[in-house]
Amino acid sequence: MNLSCPIPKFDFDTINLGHGSGGTLTSQLLDAGVFKLLENDLLNKKHDGAVFSLNGKVAMSTDTYVVSPVFFEGGNIGDLAVNGTVNDLAMCGAAAKYLTLSFVLEEGLKMTEFWEILVSIKTACDAAGVIVITGDTKVVERGKGDKIFINTTGIGLVHPRANIDIDNIKPGDRIILSGPLARHGITIISHREGLQFETTISSDTRPLNQIVSALLDEFGEYIHLLRDPTRGGLATVLNEIAAQANLGISISQKNIPVEEEVDGACEMLGFDPLYVANEGLFVAIVDASIAGELLKRLQAWEYGAMAGIVGEVTADHPCKVIMKSTIGGHRVVNMLAGEQLPRIC
Amino acid sequence: MKYVSEFRSPEIVDALLKQIRQIAKGNWNIMEVCGGQTHSLVKNGLLSMLPSNIQMVHGPGCPVCVTPVNLIDKAVYLAIEQKVILCSYGDMIRVPGSNMSLLEAKSKGADVRILYSPLEAVKIARENPEREVVFFAVGFETTAPANALSVIHAHREGIRNYSILTSHVLVPPAMDAIMSDSECRVDAFLGAGHVCAIMGMQEYYPIVEKYKIPVVITGFEPVDLLEGIFMTVKQLECGQYKLENQYARVVEANGNRPAIKAIDEIFEVTNREWRGIGEIPCSGYGVKAKYSSYDATRKFKIDISGSHEDLTCLSGDIMKGKIKPRYCPNFGEKCTPVHPLGAPMVSSEGACAAYYHFNMSAAGMYRD
Repeated sequence: MNLSCPIPKFDFDTINLGHGSGGTLTSQLLDAGVFKLLENDLLNKKHDGAVFSLNGKVAMSTDTYVVSPVFFEGGNIGDLAVNGTVNDLAMCGAAAKYLTLSFVLEEGLKMTEFWEILVSIKTACDAAGVIVITGDTKVVERGKGDKIFINTTGIGLVHPRANIDIDNIKPGDRIILSGPLARHGITIISHREGLQFETTISSDTRPLNQIVSALLDEFGEYIHLLRDPTRGGLATVLNEIAAQANLGISISQKNIPVEEEVDGACEMLGFDPLYVANEGLFVAIVDASIAGELLKRLQAWEYGAMAGIVGEVTADHPCKVIMKSTIGGHRVVNMLAGEQLPRIC
Repeated sequence: MKYVSEFRSPEIVDALLKQIRQIAKGNWNIMEVCGGQTHSLVKNGLLSMLPSNIQMVHGPGCPVCVTPVNLIDKAVYLAIEQKVILCSYGDMIRVPGSNMSLLEAKSKGADVRILYSPLEAVKIARENPEREVVFFAVGFETTAPANALSVIHAHREGIRNYSILTSHVLVPPAMDAIMSDSECRVDAFLGAGHVCAIMGMQEYYPIVEKYKIPVVITGFEPVDLLEGIFMTVKQLECGQYKLENQYARVVEANGNRPAIKAIDEIFEVTNREWRGIGEIPCSGYGVKAKYSSYDATRKFKIDISGSHEDLTCLSGDIMKGKIKPRYCPNFGEKCTPVHPLGAPMVSSEGACAAYYHFNMSAAGMYRD
């Protein structure tokens, strides 16, 4: 929590239905809280929408965040809601500029928790270089929500050299992963009732727009596709790509980075890190000619030390992702049927 | 990771594969009993690396797969009709019952919770004295000590709102049932390492003698499995049959005494129905009369008159090693992990799901 943002004086310790009524309590909550903290010229108009101009090719993305627990090692639902949408735009080759921010608050949410989330939103916006320009707040009865749900919609300008398109990928392209797998998912699961375990693992939530922008400056159209392996993990994203492109994907387990503690937690839970969620990672499918250079550039980034070339696109086995295991065997990496469930033994 | 990475060493794997190829002259069917071993074989791509005259046959050792459908129905009934807090290990909740799985029951409003340990369920019972809490105590000998311990704890603390719905099954009677089937084509067993870590090795001598069949108690990492296969093939090629222990770093001859003591306190051996296989005498555990108030089947009136299995599912033949999953007409068509007909398609340790998830056929790398 940013200590330079002390919590303002609210009339209530918890959110109540009145805060969503549109009346005095809503105004108080917004004026003393949201507007004050996130202020900027567009938001300060306090209008129902924001009016602005943008020149150039524009990308837009929206996402709703319902994570439980709301607070976890390495972040909370606030940073997640900003970084998630910023990253979805980055995967389109766009630099996020403006965000909308909508809350569904559950009656009884502590004001201190709401404030902590707001401060995280502000910090994440500053880090990513975006501003919130309009939004909405609703309150639902106790038991009808899970503390807080957040929706953000982002709009951003597409990088002039970006040409990100599934149709651009071709056999021989290299698949680059920007860092180690499964940190976010394992952090969240370690808090679940009945599954708690002590760990120092923290979520990898972070904005990816600056690094993507830097890579596009340098490698432009040689970057054929960008995806962030969030829900469903790397396996799901690669399967989607293989199916959409009607091409095969070969990956090598040996080159897929997983931190030792995360790997240990996955072993214990019976999870496959390939299917566990990430929040600050991306997969880049790039032309083989620049793959080595791009990897070097990525490894020099503060979060990129473990980045690696994990595989390549192939004309063999279309629509299938095949992994060479560490010991040299091969297996198909399928889509997951449902949620990964912990095994009995 | 210590005790893990050295058992995944590509160099040792290579060396073991070479040794197996050198000594394996005959065609041998080796059954890995435990679902954890099946999972590891397919996950690591080991099936594609073994010589073609060594066939791995996948055994019945997946607790989720052999839990009879009427027990799932009982769990669903308790959760929906009796409104208990139904706690379960994770992969149990997607197994189809006659009408629905626990996951579907949850979506209809039942209070179904996924836990790692039955002791967590005791904690939930302690914290919710006004609610009944039932733990779905499935598994082989491996999970029996923890499930027994939960009853011991609840009893000691005087917690009255806790009970277990038990479906414990035992490995040696299942091996016996497989071998006594006239169509059995198993030449040797890889024994289930973790089961033996609890129970020790003694129970397997009678099987080795009765059926003159090699049994090698084996671990779960690639090096473990290949070493177990190597030891088995060596016996087969020499015409020997004996009990050996590949997993000596974990399995002791007499097992884990405190764990066995906990089991003996709470459970007694009973006949058990195995899903897809039928009833096997003396093949499971039930709660002793002394602790009947912790036995959900005695504590609650459970009406599941409409209980039935899907008759088109061939899981029984698959678990006895008679057919491979991909030869089942439903495999991958009518039966998938999203819409499983039988339990082996649900658990990641189930032979069908393991083949479905990791299968090599589409890539031309499949061999069985």
